[in-house]
Amino acid sequence: MGHGKLEAERPLSPHLQIYRPMLTMMMSIAHRISGVANAVGFLLLAWWLVAIASGPETYATVSRFFASIPGRALLFLFSWALIHHMLGGIRHLIWDTGYGLDKTSIEVFAWATIIGSILLTVLLWVAGFWLMGAF
Amino acid sequence: MATPLARARGLGSAHKGTETFLRQRVTAVANIPLVIFLVLAIVTHLGASYDEMRSFLAKPVVAIALLALIISAAIHMRIGLKEIIEDYVHGESARVAAILLVTFYAVGIGLACTLAIVKISLGS
Repeated sequence: MGHGKLEAERPLSPHLQIYRPMLTMMMSIAHRISGVANAVGFLLLAWWLVAIASGPETYATVSRFFASIPGRALLFLFSWALIHHMLGGIRHLIWDTGYGLDKTSIEVFAWATIIGSILLTVLLWVAGFWLMGAF
Repeated sequence: MATPLARARGLGSAHKGTETFLRQRVTAVANIPLVIFLVLAIVTHLGASYDEMRSFLAKPVVAIALLALIISAAIHMRIGLKEIIEDYVHGESARVAAILLVTFYAVGIGLACTLAIVKISLGS
């Protein structure tokens, strides 16, 4: 960004807070937030893989953390962010082909991403607990 | 503004054309099956012992899929994080510093996971 007089006098386009919040706009922001969350979540994956490579003692410590309530909460959020970002990303890939850009489709895509990501995440965790023999 | 040659080349002001855009799409497509594989692999091995987990990860097909995921995800996250910084961090030095930081972060994650998978695969 320059500091010239001309640039300073240019009109700025309205920023986010000027607009009434809309679902599709919130989903755009959610896609970025879930993307950042995934980037942070990969630190958990790296930690877990490095622990396995390091040996049984390190792995036991890391496993204990992931089995704790804060550990599970982090994993739950990470899995939701992954699934949310994936569904949102598929939506973007469809848009890249030129389809689904009409008003009805973008609303349907937005709701499909929200509901789909919550359903799939809950399903995943129910399956996980079921496989561990919790019920 | 653009010369006819520049228009024909279609590379734009950064001289890279749509390279980054395409790379983000290619890694996005790759990430879909790879992330599904990772999530299913983890869920089906909940409660597995250390040795079971390690021998599963050492299988060539599993190791290749994980390496592919790590490389694809590291590239994808670096492009995505850089784009967010370019949109919201306006000071020149803060922007450069933030981009450097996320680049090192993505490379660090990629290297750590790659080394771990290779070490597990080679069983040392």
